[in-house]
Amino acid sequence: MRIAAFFLLLATLLPAQVTYERLRAGELERGNWLTYSGNYAGHRFSPLTEMTPANAPAIHAIWAYQSHNPGEVETSPVVVDGVMYITEPPSTVVALDVATGRPLWRWERPMPPDLKTIGFGRWNRGVAVLGDMVYVGTLDSKLAALDARSGALRWEVPVADPNLGHCITAAPLAIGGKIIVGIAGGEAGIRGFIDAYDAKTGKRLWRFWTIPGPGEPGNKSWAGDSWQHGGAPTWLTGTYDPELNLIYWGTGNPGPDFNDDERAGDNLYSCSLAALDADTGKLRWHFQFTPHDMHDWDSTQIPVLAQATVRGTKRKVVALANRNAFYYLLDRATGEFLLGTPFAKQTWAKGLNDKGRPIVIPGTDATEQGVLVWPSLQGATNWFSPSYDAAAQRFYLSVREMSAYYFKSDAHYKPLGFFAGGGERVLDGDKAWGALSGIFACNRHHGRACWQRREGWSSAVQTKVTSMPLTLRTGNRSGNFKRAARSAPIRWPSLTAAGNAWRLPPLV
Amino acid sequence: MRRLLFYFSIAASLFAQLPGKRPFDAQCTPCHGIGGAGGRGPNLSVLRRAKTDEALRELIHKGIPGTEMPKGWMLSEKELRDVTAYVRSLGNVAPERVSGDALRGREAYIRDGCASCHVVGGEGQAYGPELTEIGSRRSPAYLREALEKPGAAVPEGFLMVRAVPVAGKAVEGIRVNEDSFTIQLLDSARRFHSFRKMDLAKLEKLIQTSPMPPHRGADVDDLIAYLISLRGAP
Repeated sequence: MRIAAFFLLLATLLPAQVTYERLRAGELERGNWLTYSGNYAGHRFSPLTEMTPANAPAIHAIWAYQSHNPGEVETSPVVVDGVMYITEPPSTVVALDVATGRPLWRWERPMPPDLKTIGFGRWNRGVAVLGDMVYVGTLDSKLAALDARSGALRWEVPVADPNLGHCITAAPLAIGGKIIVGIAGGEAGIRGFIDAYDAKTGKRLWRFWTIPGPGEPGNKSWAGDSWQHGGAPTWLTGTYDPELNLIYWGTGNPGPDFNDDERAGDNLYSCSLAALDADTGKLRWHFQFTPHDMHDWDSTQIPVLAQATVRGTKRKVVALANRNAFYYLLDRATGEFLLGTPFAKQTWAKGLNDKGRPIVIPGTDATEQGVLVWPSLQGATNWFSPSYDAAAQRFYLSVREMSAYYFKSDAHYKPLGFFAGGGERVLDGDKAWGALSGIFACNRHHGRACWQRREGWSSAVQTKVTSMPLTLRTGNRSGNFKRAARSAPIRWPSLTAAGNAWRLPPLV
Repeated sequence: MRRLLFYFSIAASLFAQLPGKRPFDAQCTPCHGIGGAGGRGPNLSVLRRAKTDEALRELIHKGIPGTEMPKGWMLSEKELRDVTAYVRSLGNVAPERVSGDALRGREAYIRDGCASCHVVGGEGQAYGPELTEIGSRRSPAYLREALEKPGAAVPEGFLMVRAVPVAGKAVEGIRVNEDSFTIQLLDSARRFHSFRKMDLAKLEKLIQTSPMPPHRGADVDDLIAYLISLRGAP
């Protein structure tokens, strides 16, 4: 009895720790949001039922927090036992009191004044938590571990050289004892990778190069030495299946983006989904969505883990809505292609063959005169997360239907140079920015839209499903927060955030 | 004539130092001591963070984020230049001597369990102030006071408060944030508590109170020597 009392006392005295076990069951905790996507499976789904279509019109702000730093905010807040951890540009971490929005601590590291981000903004998409630590990747390519109660720096390790265009913008992923980190810099001619670090010490445990080196399988899919600056960055947070012990992480486009003169071949493992053994970082399988990509269609989108019955067989699957306008279903254990269907207008592929490889329409690659192709460089979807309602087996995603003229130009690699070899120009008029974007729901894994809601153009629509039939969205260029409902729009006063374009997903 | 020139040059050099000394005495000495000898703030004989005059000027102008060094917003452009020149001239101020042994101090630090509330180089738990760079921030005299009479040297941002809710248990802890309507505390078990003031029966500010136990005896000299040796990353 005395011992039990002691442990009870100990339990009340110890601050709440974010154990691996809690992370594994993240979706079951009411009021908490423990990982980037809410759970390891990437569902971004809230179990809360308090918010309903009936009471949504009465929802109003109870606090507002003003970012100290200007710029675009793309953080996905993480909430642990009454504390919300967010990031501000460029790599600042702030702990907020959930009840009042008041800051509890902030950690700010000055960036080198000459730091360059090539092909993207000074973004940070959030933190990971494990134990009593908060982990953040910085724009100058360091991984930092902070004390969750004070923001004190516990350790910091270099991940890659910022002077070669490496940056970290993605939230890390915390799994048992390890912190998984991705890297950005595809337009700077980096060689992409996915890293694992010891959560306690910061020691690097493994690195998976997303472009195989000489002698490794896949290296021959790059002509000559083009693999050295081939890109394939890993700039969004992947997902994790603890049972299979596999990490699923998407890779970006090959470089130079629009000029393939020197990079003949499929360019593995660019524009792919990699399934890595979490203990060793070894590649278990890969699936390449867009072999030899010519349109900057990164495949870094969130891989959503689900159960599905495909052709009469129940399987563990991974679903991914790709920037190239196709929705894919793969077997989670083997990477076998199960299904693929376009979810938005596209003019670059006749379809997919039985292995899931696109049948590319000739004449759709970038040229010096420009070629009009759907989707645009920004893609039919992009970094903004999808959501998955497991009970209804519905996949929600934000879609943009846009086209662009793709141009090809010269490409010469030099450190910190823009190594894209071309670019895009969007159409003028109402078929370009603005007219066609919104939230689509895909029905029961087959990729067919069961409903869609088209809204005015928004740079980063976010979806997140509540257990009631409500889908929320936030963020357009002026910083307004809005929301869309399943059937009809519900009037809800917009909140405007001054000074920042808030492009973060809503939390429920 | 030669003697006159000599006096003139002395007077000129004194005059050259004076413009920055005044604003320094008014704004900087409360922390950095007379002539930059140190106190609550560091001795200014070695300017670790400001290798060039331009860097020093920037530092005085913008402060040091995450420390108690504030922005020198009240200084005019001329005063900023003058203070920079004056601080640069303080390079010959001798640092205060410490008599203890840093290695023994480190042992005492471990033995006394200081790491359960302080972080040094990423080790330990954060409740009290971080000590990674404490040797370049505080003078030995200040550290002695902080060790022997912790309540007398509570640093900014570590005020102890006691919140008594109308319903529920009283909570004592370090004030993390406070505004007109709410207050947030971190208790000694490192749990955050957030209160709306309208829900509190009483809110006491425990001025000159520190959760740190006072230190006495020979350990103090050794602890000071250890703490002074903590100067952060070079």
